[in-house]
Amino acid sequence: MSCETDRQQLGARQQAWEELYARATARHPERLPQFTTVSDEPIKNLYTPLDLQDFDYLRELNYPGEYPFTRGVQPTMYRGRLWTMRQFAGLGSAEDTNARFHYLLEHGETGLSTAFDMPTLMGYDSDSAMARGEIGRCGVAIDTLADMEVLFDRIPLDQVTTSMTINPPAAILLAMYIAVAEKQGVGRDRIGGTIQNDMLKEFIAQKTFMLPPEPSIRIIVDTVEFCTKEVPRWNTISISGYHIREAGSTAVQELAFTLADGIGYVQACIDRGLDVDDFAPRLSFFFNAHLDFFEEIAKYRAARRIWARVMKERFGARNPRSWLLRFHTQTAGCSLTAQQPYNNVVRTAFQALSAVLGGTQSLHTNSLDEVLALPTEHAVTIALRTQQIIGEEIGVTNTIDPLAGSYFVESLTNRMEKLAMDYINKIDDMGGILKAIEVGFPQQEIADAAYTYQKQVDEGEKVVVGVNKYVMEESLPIELLKIDPAVEKRQLQRLQRIKDERDSAKVEACLQAIEDAARNNKNLMPPLLEAVKAYVTLQEICDTWRRVFGRYSDPGMF
Amino acid sequence: MEKIKVLIGKPGLDGHDRGAKVVARALRDAGFEVVYTGLHQTPEQIVATAIQEDVDVIGVSSLAGAHMYLFPRIIELLREQGADDIPVFGGGIIPEEDVAELKKAGIKAIFTPGTPVQETVDWIKENVKPG
Repeated sequence: MSCETDRQQLGARQQAWEELYARATARHPERLPQFTTVSDEPIKNLYTPLDLQDFDYLRELNYPGEYPFTRGVQPTMYRGRLWTMRQFAGLGSAEDTNARFHYLLEHGETGLSTAFDMPTLMGYDSDSAMARGEIGRCGVAIDTLADMEVLFDRIPLDQVTTSMTINPPAAILLAMYIAVAEKQGVGRDRIGGTIQNDMLKEFIAQKTFMLPPEPSIRIIVDTVEFCTKEVPRWNTISISGYHIREAGSTAVQELAFTLADGIGYVQACIDRGLDVDDFAPRLSFFFNAHLDFFEEIAKYRAARRIWARVMKERFGARNPRSWLLRFHTQTAGCSLTAQQPYNNVVRTAFQALSAVLGGTQSLHTNSLDEVLALPTEHAVTIALRTQQIIGEEIGVTNTIDPLAGSYFVESLTNRMEKLAMDYINKIDDMGGILKAIEVGFPQQEIADAAYTYQKQVDEGEKVVVGVNKYVMEESLPIELLKIDPAVEKRQLQRLQRIKDERDSAKVEACLQAIEDAARNNKNLMPPLLEAVKAYVTLQEICDTWRRVFGRYSDPGMF
Repeated sequence: MEKIKVLIGKPGLDGHDRGAKVVARALRDAGFEVVYTGLHQTPEQIVATAIQEDVDVIGVSSLAGAHMYLFPRIIELLREQGADDIPVFGGGIIPEEDVAELKKAGIKAIFTPGTPVQETVDWIKENVKPG
């Protein structure tokens, strides 16, 4: 019997089943007027082989570790090694955060992830007027190399990899990290880790911006160029969809805008004269794990397939490592509720499971109290244990990509790929991602999606347990982490001491060298390294940049 | 009838503007006149905008833990400039115990995550008169 006859027979059977379904729902209507994902994508009642016509296993999926990597980037996946359990941490002073790092490493965490406070993220020192009330509040305050020395005290940087969530001043923090490692006797060729260094998504979503887009991209390309030659194990850009999703995008928008950003960076590096196969293997990605379980899994699988095709077909990369989309995942902070906060443990567990079933390389699970404050040690331990239970108790890591071949999951993967490519093509037609950002296209799409979702929640069309359904009068006291106000005072004292003790003529010379490199299109990394070693502060460097390149401020549309 | 004019402000360095923008839009849809400051405003800038735009109420949002400095500072500046007849409400990631203290400092209402936007709309209608 031919495939065609099979399909015709199946078509007839399916029609009969649809009639059966219609008769049943005529008697007992469906629960909801329509079934949609959290991103408002319609979902059918059933998926069958008829949804996967012309599906070619080798073309669409192939084997794990083989192009287009839909089933995973490594041949062994979690049978070889579990994902890196990397909890984002940063609180108060460098001493406090160093203690949290040691705590996490002692309890089985396998990589570090640093959260900086807002002044550090925005390029201000603790003694700036802009920093008032914000020092150490949502991360660790870093003003100079002295703070970084404390932050990584007794942490062997040749054995642990570190992710640093930092954007406008990413090049400066990278320089500080290299300097700390070298003081420990670890050469820059042996350190590993990631700087987020993704400014495009800042303009689109997270809004931690400092310089206008073009110089922002230029500094990023400087870091890529430098690391390609000197810091070969460093992931130079963590191309991030996480914040796009947190800002309220749909899953498809997260996928599309993130990959469009990636395309923007690859093109910028090629325009600098770099060979795609020299830098592309060190690009990595960062996605959100939101509530809609299968939609998320489809998103990760589609992301790998699209990126592999883009790198091979569009950019002509020949090194298979350039084709790989490796990614970190964080569960969705925006899905957590202040109401009945223990429910957040459950939400986070399902989200983490979707990331694992989607083949993530690294994972942060949110703590139940993060909707209220920075996590306590107790809450962060439950979050880490959630990952360990997924990895070692429930059996989902025994085989690779266990959902492959599901009519539903493959259909959804195909659909997400198609919808994301529609966006990517539209952005190409607009002249690329920088042009699209200039006219506010991704920003407006996200704002619209966020507003639509909020209205659906307010009207009860989308259920949020404990918020618009199953509401309880409660006052469940949960212990919250407080940042000691003394942190601010100690930080200011340390900064003052460093400023008093350092060689001020050297500081001036270093800043002059940075300005010179900035104005003359010379790679900024070598003068930055010299500067941080001379204890030039973060803000002194950023002020130089702001003077040379100008500032970017929020257009304030809503 | 004259429209109520609302200023939505984002004080401090925090970039989380999803809530502020959703609220701004919902208030506009509810018939208010809305001015949005955009991100990264100092309390001084927000108060200056409020006075210049002659708004009837100010809403401020913070999700990065600096609300205990930023919100009361806005009240203080309004008082210094004789504009403390403009009520201020707040939103964002704000622990329960801070809510009480902020109210003591003069913030009229705090809306935390999960609040339906309609609640904010109703609150303004009940507590603010167009000037």
